[in-house]
Amino acid sequence: MTTPVPRVMVPGSVSRHEVFPIKAIIQHEMETGLRTDSTGQVIPRKIINGFVCRYGSVEVFRADLHEAVAANPFLEFYLRATESGRLEFIWQEDGGAIYSLSHEIVVT
Amino acid sequence: MTNWTRRQICSMAGGVLAAAAAPHVARSQNKPRVVVIGGGIGGATVARYLGDLKTMDVTLIETKRRYVTCFFSNLYLAGLRSLASLTFGFEVLTERHGLKVIHQAATGVDPGTKTVTLRDGVRLAYDRLVVAAGIAFKSGEIRNYDASAAEIMPHAWNAGPQSELLRRQLESMEDGGVFVIVAPPDPFRCPPAPYERASLVAYYFKQFKPRSKILILDAKDRFSGQELFQEAWGRHYPGMIEWLPRQFTGAVKIVDVAARSVVTEGETFKAAVANIIPAQKAGAIAEKTELTDASGWCPVDPVTFESTLQRGIHVVGDSIIGGDMPKSAFSTNSQAKACAFAIAASLTGSQQFPSHLFNSCYTFLAPDDAFTNAITFTPEGGKIKTVETFISKVGESAEVRRRTAHQAVGWYSAFTADVFGEGS
Repeated sequence: MTTPVPRVMVPGSVSRHEVFPIKAIIQHEMETGLRTDSTGQVIPRKIINGFVCRYGSVEVFRADLHEAVAANPFLEFYLRATESGRLEFIWQEDGGAIYSLSHEIVVT
Repeated sequence: MTNWTRRQICSMAGGVLAAAAAPHVARSQNKPRVVVIGGGIGGATVARYLGDLKTMDVTLIETKRRYVTCFFSNLYLAGLRSLASLTFGFEVLTERHGLKVIHQAATGVDPGTKTVTLRDGVRLAYDRLVVAAGIAFKSGEIRNYDASAAEIMPHAWNAGPQSELLRRQLESMEDGGVFVIVAPPDPFRCPPAPYERASLVAYYFKQFKPRSKILILDAKDRFSGQELFQEAWGRHYPGMIEWLPRQFTGAVKIVDVAARSVVTEGETFKAAVANIIPAQKAGAIAEKTELTDASGWCPVDPVTFESTLQRGIHVVGDSIIGGDMPKSAFSTNSQAKACAFAIAASLTGSQQFPSHLFNSCYTFLAPDDAFTNAITFTPEGGKIKTVETFISKVGESAEVRRRTAHQAVGWYSAFTADVFGEGS
């Protein structure tokens, strides 16, 4: 398995009430559980099944992902800036592993 | 009763053919002239196959005395092959395959008078011209990336000095550095090659600089053999290779040579070593001869490979609009043979056979792990269409992959002997 590497792209500063884009990607094979390996054994499912973005303590974006999502799932969504704060990004993997990143955003 | 050997029958058949071709043989003082510009895989193949027929005067024009194959040059970058083992001269072609080589640049073509002008001013007349110009880089797509920037941030997309430069940089890079590969938009020479490069450099890092990382900033959202590569990266080099699609980065817009960094729409990435593979178009002489259309590539008839823009000029290889055929050395070789037989048919009345176009490629994921594809093509409605495809699968056993890697080495020897002559 690839070691999942998460990455986000967020503007460093935005003006108050500005709508700004966030891009999030994680290097992940998204193993569907439907394939067999070289010995004919089924390779167990291991996908990123959920993604959450929090702004401070408030959840502002959530996505549930399923087997049909391609490898290296890429998400792009928009937020509206209200005040400076910490954005937190969390990817949840089958089996309970969590990958996360955080990013300070300055609202001017 | 006479026991006829196969040889005797063949020589009789040969006699009949020779008689049929007699009007041309009689003109042997004045054989049809074919000039081939470019001594890469395409040009060398056309020249060799036409030269072997001995019915035409064949002249190959190539500036360099030595050709280094792009294919297998990623093995050189990983320290797995010498550059000398990938280098070929033209001596066998001139000594045994009935052609003349002029080591000079072709500076111009006049399709009206059917002449090629060389750098020293000499003009060569032709009945048919073949332009095998390879690729050139589009300028301006990545700001600041020009010929002098390529001396700091090599493209290594023509094998030779650029490959040596990139190898030196990788060797002197400190452990823990980031090797950035900027992968080009389609269409480009050898679609799986940027990712094979990442795989083999990862193999080198894993042995000598295990804390180093490879970051691929792609101008595309998908790439050739993606599933096979990503599966192998997880297996051989976990956590070492990161691939970012265009939709994430917005693609590389600027390079900062002094800082050795690359700037995408949203972020600047600092590199210890940067390999910038720019967007591509047909080689300079093809453009200058007005063989290219608005796409930057050369439209051709898929049977004869004659340009649809300039009569009497044929184009083969990476610079054509190849339909379903990828820009690969083997595709080029296959096109070059079809082109050679079409030229022979047209100039000497030899029989023209239906064209069979092939591609066969081997791609290394590690020294003992390679995948392969084999594709057949046919001309259809003015375009080249795929007939059948074989490609290695994800999940093949290590033994199958080892065998494929072994076959690749044999493929290389047989293929280069076909192009540059046995013993070259």
